[in-house]
Amino acid sequence: MMGIAAGCTGDLSALEPAGPSAASIARLWWVMLIVSLLIFSLVIGLFLATVFVPGFGRRISAQSWIGGGGIALPLPILFVLTLYAFWQGEHLLRGGGSLSPDTIRIEALATRWNWQFAYLDLPGAPLTHGTLHIPAGRTVEIAVTSEDVIHSLWIPRLGGKIDAVPGHTTFLRLRADTPGRYAGQCSEYCGTGHAGMRFEVLAHAPEDYPTALDYQEDQ
Amino acid sequence: MIEEDMKNPSPVALHKAFERVWGTPPGLARLAAVNHNIIGKRFMLTALVFFAIGGLLAMLIRTQLASSESAFMDAEQYAQVFTMHGSIMMFLFAIPFFEGVAIYLLPKLLGTRDLAFPRLTAYGYWCYLFGGSMLIAALIGGVAPNSGWFMYPPLSSNSYSPGINADVWLLAITFVEISALAAAIEIMVTVLKLRAAGMSLDKMPIFAWYMLVVAAMMLVGFPPLIIGSVLLELERAFDLPFFDPGRGGDPLLWQHLFWLFGHPEVYIIFLPAAGAISTILPVFAGAPLAGYRLIVAALVAMAFLSFGLWVHHMYAVGIPHVALSFFSAASALVAVPTGIQIFAWLATLSQGRPRFSVPMLHILGFMFTFVIGGLTGVMLAIVPFDWQAHDTHFVVAHLHYVLVGGFVFPMLAAAYYWLPHLSGRQPVQHLSQAAFWMLFIGFNVTFFMMHLTGLRGMPRRIFEYPVESGWETLNFISSMGSFVMTMGFALVALDFILLFRFGRRFRRNPWRAGTLEWAMATPPPSYNFASLPSIERRADLLDPDQLGSQLASGKGYLGVPRQARMELLAVEMLSGTPEHVVRLPRRTFLPLWTAAATGCFFLSLLFKLYWLTPITFASIILLFLLWSGDTAEKTDVGSLPVGRGRKLPPHIEMARPPSWWAMIFALAADATAYVSLLFGCLFLWVSAPNWPPQQVPHVESTGPAIAAIALVTAAWAGRSAAARSPHAVGWLALTGIAHLVAAATLIWLATAALPDPRSHALASSVFVVLAYAALRSGLGIIISGYGIWRIRSGYVSQRRSVDLRLGRLWHDFSAIAGLTAAGFPFVMASLACELSR
Repeated sequence: MMGIAAGCTGDLSALEPAGPSAASIARLWWVMLIVSLLIFSLVIGLFLATVFVPGFGRRISAQSWIGGGGIALPLPILFVLTLYAFWQGEHLLRGGGSLSPDTIRIEALATRWNWQFAYLDLPGAPLTHGTLHIPAGRTVEIAVTSEDVIHSLWIPRLGGKIDAVPGHTTFLRLRADTPGRYAGQCSEYCGTGHAGMRFEVLAHAPEDYPTALDYQEDQ
Repeated sequence: MIEEDMKNPSPVALHKAFERVWGTPPGLARLAAVNHNIIGKRFMLTALVFFAIGGLLAMLIRTQLASSESAFMDAEQYAQVFTMHGSIMMFLFAIPFFEGVAIYLLPKLLGTRDLAFPRLTAYGYWCYLFGGSMLIAALIGGVAPNSGWFMYPPLSSNSYSPGINADVWLLAITFVEISALAAAIEIMVTVLKLRAAGMSLDKMPIFAWYMLVVAAMMLVGFPPLIIGSVLLELERAFDLPFFDPGRGGDPLLWQHLFWLFGHPEVYIIFLPAAGAISTILPVFAGAPLAGYRLIVAALVAMAFLSFGLWVHHMYAVGIPHVALSFFSAASALVAVPTGIQIFAWLATLSQGRPRFSVPMLHILGFMFTFVIGGLTGVMLAIVPFDWQAHDTHFVVAHLHYVLVGGFVFPMLAAAYYWLPHLSGRQPVQHLSQAAFWMLFIGFNVTFFMMHLTGLRGMPRRIFEYPVESGWETLNFISSMGSFVMTMGFALVALDFILLFRFGRRFRRNPWRAGTLEWAMATPPPSYNFASLPSIERRADLLDPDQLGSQLASGKGYLGVPRQARMELLAVEMLSGTPEHVVRLPRRTFLPLWTAAATGCFFLSLLFKLYWLTPITFASIILLFLLWSGDTAEKTDVGSLPVGRGRKLPPHIEMARPPSWWAMIFALAADATAYVSLLFGCLFLWVSAPNWPPQQVPHVESTGPAIAAIALVTAAWAGRSAAARSPHAVGWLALTGIAHLVAAATLIWLATAALPDPRSHALASSVFVVLAYAALRSGLGIIISGYGIWRIRSGYVSQRRSVDLRLGRLWHDFSAIAGLTAAGFPFVMASLACELSR
């Protein structure tokens, strides 16, 4: 399974991270997968052993079985996991690094069935539809809202998703490590056009970014 | 007359005498059946029909997704199909199926003859059947719900779902939920009151503990969904903007109400299945269940935790991270009570000498699948990982591992275990193994792949995907697996049919179990036990063979049918000491008619025939009033001999008969609904945009003061009436008049004295809270009038005062709730002013 998962291609794969947030979550996934495989093997192994090996575990008292497997086994794992997840969540909320004052601010407006992006740090830059321009190597803060129903903004290779809720503004901080093209899509069911509500992310080299949208305008 | 023949009865004579009282003749009378054996089987069979329909829809989904850019269905058809697949499996299959199992099994496991309220069981069944049929009719008519089974507004609001599709969901599901609430009350009262003599709480069979906890969870879990559905239907039908951010509503309010129900629902579905495993597994392990008390503690812990983690469905909506972490920790913590149960089962196996049989095969399937689902559940409880996996096929995989693993496999184990009880025949072994392996392999091939599909970026609920996505191979494998799984289900169905046709008959207790349901003939007679058991040991460590023949020859309690009445024993709640005799109502068509009237009520709302709504509502009330005649008595009976030299009073002369407890639980559900409504309104104040409204309502204190005084008067007069039974006509008249004044004032406040409820969510919140209180007072009028009618008819005496005391509970509660409602406009107005500062 790891082979299939690791060997995958596709520009929406959360397992092919291209930014610190997605990388951090992908790492968490692999760790959780390994721990889960161990726990799974243990429980199923014990089940098969107790059913098919006569006398297996009979000398262990019922209290020890339950206390050991039901309490002593999960509690420390869950404790470490939730603590780590809290730290990681805080880390991701900062965009997967330390929060710098030169964060690029972008507004995303979801409508049925399109994404519109406005660039607050590029005065005079046009709105773009269906394409989000960001500089590589810089943290981008996207303020997300919706004009109609609930949508969700998701760029799997850069990080987790955030919902676009009408009447609310939500924030997502992301960073792309290198210039390139990344795919994004709506991930909350929003009506018949949901499947086609995709967009692309163009990460430009930082020096090209200020002029990237001028070029767009020329087109 | 019968009594005289019964001095020394033979088991056959006894059987015939009981069957005359308890049995349901064939023909039209079947529609009047109230017996739990019949209704339980009906629930299960109907749920299986819905399961087949839901499964067919799943096949359509897998056909659509088998290839990229498939032209099999268009986006709208696909939306109806996935919405209905989810809704059917959750509301029309899983919940009703375990309700059917509980209705069929619980009285037997507890050592009694029926549930506490047989007519309510029947009414619940008809509500379920009619409500479910409304959904299926909509599906056939092409107007099925299409916003996903959790119906998020604004997508499900009028602007974006203008047809009746969403109304069908909201109304039909609420209709079906009536049966869930009825079952919840019924199960709680039955488990707490109608047990075998000597069965103290700590001697209950473990399944009864599971069902008690599940019923309590249903009682608290369903009201928020019902309130949410009512609010959304009010918005759709009358433009009250609870979820419209433009007018102070908030789409997130729906998500909170929905998941406040929706998450406990997962445990509500899992726990009965786990209860079945805790009952079956020790039998095959050949050892008593290890850690009985720890399991009970784990169940209670799980019930509490399950109400504290609904937000884990909402990690991506923008809730502050610290708050998310609390819910994340609570979600992860659920692994502990789950782990306790799993290791208690392993401990049980290790202490015995396990036999391997078909039910155990399905328990193996459960272990394998459910452990995977549990582990991915912990992963999804972790906020950062969920930000990636949320709303992808990873979640689809997880929830199917949990629900198929945690419900379908255990229920198949239960079916193989209890079908011999239901049919009197043992399984034909040949097909069972092949069927299991096809199911097991098919299931895992289908859904294991989806973890990967999801991580590789495939969102839920898309009807097509591009070739370049790289999802096609995985989806194709999933679709192939799903067809194998379907064949597995077909084989299971065939296997069951073969069991009924060709299974070998057996005498008693084929699995060598220790529970009471095997201490009777199989298939079971309508009355279960010819006489009721008295037990000294924990009720899953008994000897059914010996007990069964004793009971059949009338050596237990209530071993003689009396005056053609259906009787059973009620016990003191904790100790299980026999307390009184419950005389059950007879077979009647009233549940069917009442459910039909309820159906017309919902149809009038669906088709917006609002002139019909009050008529149908009145006929529901009228029909319910007709229910009351059957068990009433015009004289005090005092005490009845119950056999074994004891005498006990009948339930209507008791201070706390089953109906009293049912009222307490009904009020608990009402209170939950009301509190979730109040919190919903406060949530809007905290969270919704466009607050405060331009026009903050100014409330004169006269109206609320009049309502408050009237409500207190109603409660006081209701108490006085109950205390002076039966000389209480005057007091009851005062109660009714006070309720009338309260209801009229509340309605006046809601409609005339305050701003238009369509203008802003604040106004609509106040409107609904006041209308809810007015409805309660309206019912208070009817309850007072009912009391007067019962006194006049001679059904009430000083001893037979339960009608008046039920009324007293109602009046007390409507006063407390009504007082908060009367004060609510002030609270909301001052909160709004607070915002505008």
